Parts: sequence; C-alpha cells; structure tokens
Amino acid sequence: MSAQHRQGSSRHAGRAAIGAVAYAVTVFLLLPTLVIMPMSVGPERYLRFPPNGFSLRWYAEYFGDADWINATLFSLEIGVVTTIAATVVGTMLALALVRGRLPGKGLVELLVIGPVIVPHIALAVAMFLVFEQLRLTGTLLGFAMAHTILALPFVVFTVLAALYRFDADLERAALSCGAGPLRTFRHVTLPLIAPGVVSAALFAFIISFDEAVVSFFISNLDRKTLPRKMFEDIDYNVSPTLAAVATMLTLLTIVALVGSHLIKSRLDRRTRTATD
Amino acid sequence: MSARPARWLLGGRHYSEVASLALAAPFLILAFVAFILPLGSLLHESLFLPAPTLAHYERAVTEPVYLRVMLRTLRIAASVTVLTLLLAWPLAWLMARSSGLKLAILVASVLLPLWTSVLVRTYAWMVLLQKNGVINQLLMGAGITSEPLRLLYTEGAVVLAMSHVLLPFMVLPIFSALRGIPDDYSRAAQMLGASEWATFREVIFPLSLPGVTSGCLMVFLLALGFFVTPALIGGPQQMMIATLVSQQVREMLDWSFAGALVGVLLAFVLLIAILFKRAVRLDRFVGSA
Repeated sequence: MSAQHRQGSSRHAGRAAIGAVAYAVTVFLLLPTLVIMPMSVGPERYLRFPPNGFSLRWYAEYFGDADWINATLFSLEIGVVTTIAATVVGTMLALALVRGRLPGKGLVELLVIGPVIVPHIALAVAMFLVFEQLRLTGTLLGFAMAHTILALPFVVFTVLAALYRFDADLERAALSCGAGPLRTFRHVTLPLIAPGVVSAALFAFIISFDEAVVSFFISNLDRKTLPRKMFEDIDYNVSPTLAAVATMLTLLTIVALVGSHLIKSRLDRRTRTATD
Repeated sequence: MSARPARWLLGGRHYSEVASLALAAPFLILAFVAFILPLGSLLHESLFLPAPTLAHYERAVTEPVYLRVMLRTLRIAASVTVLTLLLAWPLAWLMARSSGLKLAILVASVLLPLWTSVLVRTYAWMVLLQKNGVINQLLMGAGITSEPLRLLYTEGAVVLAMSHVLLPFMVLPIFSALRGIPDDYSRAAQMLGASEWATFREVIFPLSLPGVTSGCLMVFLLALGFFVTPALIGGPQQMMIATLVSQQVREMLDWSFAGALVGVLLAFVLLIAILFKRAVRLDRFVGSA
C-alpha cells in the first residue's frame, strides 16, 4: 500500500513538473510582445518598464509621420492584392491537383513547396537580382508577385485539405444531373470548401503583411513596406514609435486570429447543416 | 444520358488534361517569373561569370572568415533546435492532455506569437536585452550583477531570440503527434503493470518521435537561412550566412559570391529536405512492420 501510495505521488510530481515547465514556456512565448505594450504608452523618449506615466505621444508620432503612414498603406495595398491573387491562383491549382489530370503532377507539387524549403534570404536576393533588371523593385506588381509565391504553399495546402474532406460524389451527382463544371464549382464545390478558402485568404494576408526578408531587398527608397520601414528604424534608432507600431500590430494579429476563428466556426456550422 | 459523363467522371478526376493545365497555368507562370528565373539567374551568376568557374564556391568554403560564418550558422541552428525541443515537448504534452477553454488558451499562446510579425518579436527582444533594458534592470535589482551586462550582439542572445521566434514550429508537430496517441495505449500499458515513467519512456515518448523529427527538421531548416533576427540581435559580430549574403549584395555588390553562398545554403537545405523525406518514409515502414 505504501509502495502504491509512493508511486501515486511520484506520478503526480512528474506530471506537475512537466505541467509547470509547460506553463513557464507559454509565459516565455507571450511575455516579450506583451511587455512592449505598456512601454509604448510611456511619455519618455527612453523606453522603460514600468512606464512612469501615460501618454499617447508615440501613437501620435506614428499617425503624424507620412513615412510610416505611406509604408503602412503600401503594405495594406500589397496585402490585399496578394490575398486575392494567392487565393484565386492557389484554389485553381488545388482543384487541378485533386480533380484534374495534370501532367507532371509530382514536379508541380515540388514547385509548390519550393518557397517553403528554399530559405527566404535566397529567394530575396535572387528576386532582387531579377526584379531590378525587370524594373519591378518598389512596384506593387513586384511585391504582389513575390508575396503571392510565398503565400501560395499555405493556400494550396489549406484548400487541398478542404477538398479532400468532402465527398467527391456530391460533385459527381451535380455533374450527372446536367450541371456544367463551372456551375458545379459555383454551387457545390465552392460552398463546401469555403471555410478552407477563407482561412487560406487570411493566411495569405498575414504572410504578405508581415513579410520582411524579400521586402527588405525589393523595396526602394521611395516605396517601402511597413516591415522594411520597421527594419530600418530598429537598425538605426530604437525609438518608442516602434513600440507603438509593435503594439498595434500585435493587437491586429489578435483581432485577425479571433476573427478567423469566428468566421471559420460559423462557416463550418453552415457547411455541416448543409450536408446533413 | 447526355454528353457522355464518363469522360468527365473518370475515377473522381473530372477535369480533362487541357482544363487541368489551364487551372494550373497562372501558378506555373508565376512560379517561373518569381521562383525559377530568379534562383536560376543567381546560380548562373555564381557559376558562369565571367566564364564557367567554381572559384566563388571555393572561396566560400575555404576562406577562414567565411568558414567561421558557416560554422557559426550550423552551431546556432543546432542550439536553437535543441533549445526549442526542450521547451516545446512539455508544452505540446500539456496541450495534448487539455481540452475546452484550457486547450484554447494554450493553442492561442502558440498561435499568437506564430502570427505576430517577426520584426515585432525581434524588436521586443532588443528592448528586453538592451544595456538598460528590462532584463538588465531585473538582474541589477536582484543584485545578481552590479553593472549592466552586454547582452545584445552575443551568440546567446541570438539563440534565445531565434528560439522564441521558431518555437511554434516545434510545438505544433509534436502536439499533433501526441494528440494522435489513443488514451487506451497508456491505460493498457499501466494495466499490464508499467509504471508512469515506463509508460512515458516506452509508449508516449516513442510515439511522439515522428512529430519531434519533423519539428526538429523544420526548425533547423528555418534557422539555417534566418535573416531578420540574427541581423538585428547578432549584428555584424555574430554574422550568420544570411547576413553575409545580404552584406555581399548590398555592400560589396558581389553577386557572384552571394550566389555561391546561396548555392551552398541551398545544397545544405535540399540535402536535409531529402533526408527528411526518407526519414518520414522509413518511419512509416517501421510502423507497418
């Protein structure tokens, strides 16, 4: 009995220890970005923790600076174009991979995961070399192409997963009832994969909006993205304006994550009731 | 029956070859312009300028300055992989045993950093590690040191910040491996008399290994080519291969040498990716045997 008791308590101790480490790791994961938030509302030119006062001075600085605002707007613009391009191109490709007979399918799949395996620094420098010659550096088209190729693997995998999840017989039924492939896609396939497509689109936007390495190289002096502008500012002067920008970006990420979760569960529920 | 549906419905694959190619065409064009052409041109630059030569590659792997950078890159990538594994396993284990709100909070604590800009996270570490940053204030407040330590631009700082940035890539595959282990397995082991520790050692940990393998390879691959965090936290003192490539392109304008460095990096990464594929297959083989 005492042996059993000892075993029970050591089991408890072991589990409690792993659990304690795990909670410490979540703190490690979250703390650095959360520490920035209170520091961003400090009134002093020098970042300190805890802040000795409350001021929105650095937020005002951000909104009053044309350089910051232009970089933000350019990043948003690129993000929207990338989201549309990556979602459309990626969904088309996923359909071809699952429902089509694509010659050289293995090679195409390799091309899709290429940008995940090839380090971003390699792609960034390579694109800088070619885009400079094609006069694409600092242009919306250049950034959109670069970000789309980086976001595509995530879009294709997400849509592929959604396509594999539903019963292809539903499509076959629509086709044999006389609907053309386009109508079948519009009325059967698309509604069923909608949750996957929506999260793919969101992935694409975040990937584009946060992308720093390729943007670092294909920006030019007058047209740069927000991450490139942040990179320059961190490198030259660690000003509190950056803390304000970092705080806003973190809050935006929280909103996007919660939003995507809500949209997805809503669409999932709709899909489930539709197929029940 | 109209229009012979059999041609469209062959084995569930109902687009013809032409239609499939048309669907894939936008991707293929984009992949050519933004992937194949750039990488091809850069590698061409490293091999054929001015005439076919391996001189740039020779320089990259023989000159001590550059060799040091490569060794440091491998060392940092390995340290980051080990550290993230040690931190990720317990968290993945706790996540796999949780449900409901607790699971949601744990998942959020992994996903939020994953989707927060790398620059924001790197900036946070710079603020924490600065000479009069939070960590030095804490250390001095606790009386551990009397004057601020130089934490930034050290290899330790690079490893710490990169581990923080790459940790989610380790947690998620281990979590999904642990999540896939049916509860019955540990119950069965314990019914057969295995202690908690033996169950962990003989059942849970071995079954988590596929997740551990893919997490380690993912983190190692990403760490090898990492640019933003080492460039800002490590500075020129702790140069890694990505920072060296950037310097060659932006400061030295030496495209051929930058191309050779990228070639070496790509060779490493592809080798690991191929081994990784084999490792996964081998695993499946062992599992079915």
